Amino acid sequence: MEATVLNLLASVLGSLWAPLWNLIKPVWPLLWTLAKIVLIMAPLLLSVAYLTFVERKVIGWMQVRIGPNRVGPWGLLQPIADGLKLFFKEVLFPAAADKKLFVLGPIMAIAPALALWAVIPFSSGWVLANVDAGVLYLLAVGSIGVYGIIIAGWASNSKYPFFGAMRASAQMISYEVSMGLALITVLMVSNSLNLSDIVMAQDKGRGASMGLGFLSWNWLPLLPMFGVYLISGVAETNRAPFDVVEGESEIVAGHMVEYSGMAFAMFFLAEYANMILISAMTSIFFLGGWLSPVGFIPDGFHWMAAKMSAILFFFLWIRATFPRYRYDQLMRLGWKVFVPLTLVWILVVGVWMMSPLTIWK
Amino acid sequence: MEFKSILFYIFSTVTVLASLRVITARNPVHAALFLVLAFFNVSGLWMLLQAEFLSLVLIMVYVGAVMVLFLFVVMMLDINIERVRQGFWKNLPIGALVGALLIAEMAAVLSSRYFGLTNLPAQNMPANYSNTKELARVLYTDYAYPFEIASVILLVAIIVAVMLTLRRRKDNKAMQASDQIAVKAKDRMRLVKMAPEIDLPAAKQGEKA
Repeated sequence: MEATVLNLLASVLGSLWAPLWNLIKPVWPLLWTLAKIVLIMAPLLLSVAYLTFVERKVIGWMQVRIGPNRVGPWGLLQPIADGLKLFFKEVLFPAAADKKLFVLGPIMAIAPALALWAVIPFSSGWVLANVDAGVLYLLAVGSIGVYGIIIAGWASNSKYPFFGAMRASAQMISYEVSMGLALITVLMVSNSLNLSDIVMAQDKGRGASMGLGFLSWNWLPLLPMFGVYLISGVAETNRAPFDVVEGESEIVAGHMVEYSGMAFAMFFLAEYANMILISAMTSIFFLGGWLSPVGFIPDGFHWMAAKMSAILFFFLWIRATFPRYRYDQLMRLGWKVFVPLTLVWILVVGVWMMSPLTIWK
Repeated sequence: MEFKSILFYIFSTVTVLASLRVITARNPVHAALFLVLAFFNVSGLWMLLQAEFLSLVLIMVYVGAVMVLFLFVVMMLDINIERVRQGFWKNLPIGALVGALLIAEMAAVLSSRYFGLTNLPAQNMPANYSNTKELARVLYTDYAYPFEIASVILLVAIIVAVMLTLRRRKDNKAMQASDQIAVKAKDRMRLVKMAPEIDLPAAKQGEKA
């Protein structure tokens, strides 16, 4: 891909190219990486904007309403209007707030949500950093996301944000445990921490050799872990029915109460970017990433996009369906149901892999 | 200067400054956050040493879990800063003595005269060398027993900590989630069958009159 771009630039610029190339050659790797980052970030932010639109439309339809339909055809320009509105609003600072940390909060929320995309492979070879410890990177940087909420909640110097911060720190740590333990089974069967290798490991097996690839994906042999991972993912992003951190009816909007304008928009962006990320991670770990479910249709990014959209729809669906969990029920589900279940399943998978019945060779 | 050296100086400068702020910051929450910053930069230094597993685990364990719980506790404290800073000058000589001792010991260990650290060969690992895999191989074969013993000790520590702080109050009115899940609809709600309309006797009298 890099060579193609260079050739294209050379043919477009003609004789101007040679001196220009001499000038930018030392910084070319940096420029190329920046170009790739833009290629990931621009569609991502656009998807975030339209995910908010789709959410309002889908929940509207589920509740027999119409949803946004005023701005542009079918309301399609609504997210643009919302973005502009937030952009032009003033960012208010509460008088008793810790100003520096108040600014740092939204930054700490959005930065990990975007940085995590560096190791996500979108298709074979379509990845910014094909690192060997990709899963570790996801877990490590993903665990930083909670700082945005904690810092924002404390810096606001107000009651509701503080409750939100307390709830967030307890909830996100609890569900990180079950999420990490669920991933251990995936690592065991794919024998790698590299995300591209994890996808390619799902391309082998009896189902894949019969042309029915979807039977070889991890979701089937690791079905309980798939459920645990998906539900923990919903809890990690603080989405309904696990949205006690925001809890509009109890603590107004949790850590976001005192924020306005773009500072508020940062939290919003981070939440939706995390949702899309969880859907990408679930499709990589359990649903075969960019692999095609049947042999006669080629693999490719379209499959990844389709799987991510399906999981995102699931996110919106459960938000429109379930009432919010009570806080003690939330903790019980994380520690007393998911953690023992994952521990037992790790043992089961270990024994299964060592037994003659193993399907992972 | 190589790009890696520039990164090294950035990481180490920020580490030192952040560590200094950990002990000089007046607000305990700020101090905890500076400690997080120091952890981050140390993790960057480890990454430069090609120890990507340890560097990522440092972030995952210390930044992602330990410091979050630390902040959780520190934020809930109503610390009187003036009282905490009392006796600073009284305790300074002892503190300085301990610090000097620590520095002297570390200098003795790290000094290159004894261990020839300056002659350490440069590590040139192949590009596909996986730090994680090598570490796991050693940990689960040669050091399997020490590893298991260490994890059992940690488990004991967890249980002891829970047992020491667990106080069961007699008048506890906490809800039992398992009982609540076991509840059937008919335990809580009684459905009564009744006719949709009942002719009221009073209305009948009214019609007659």
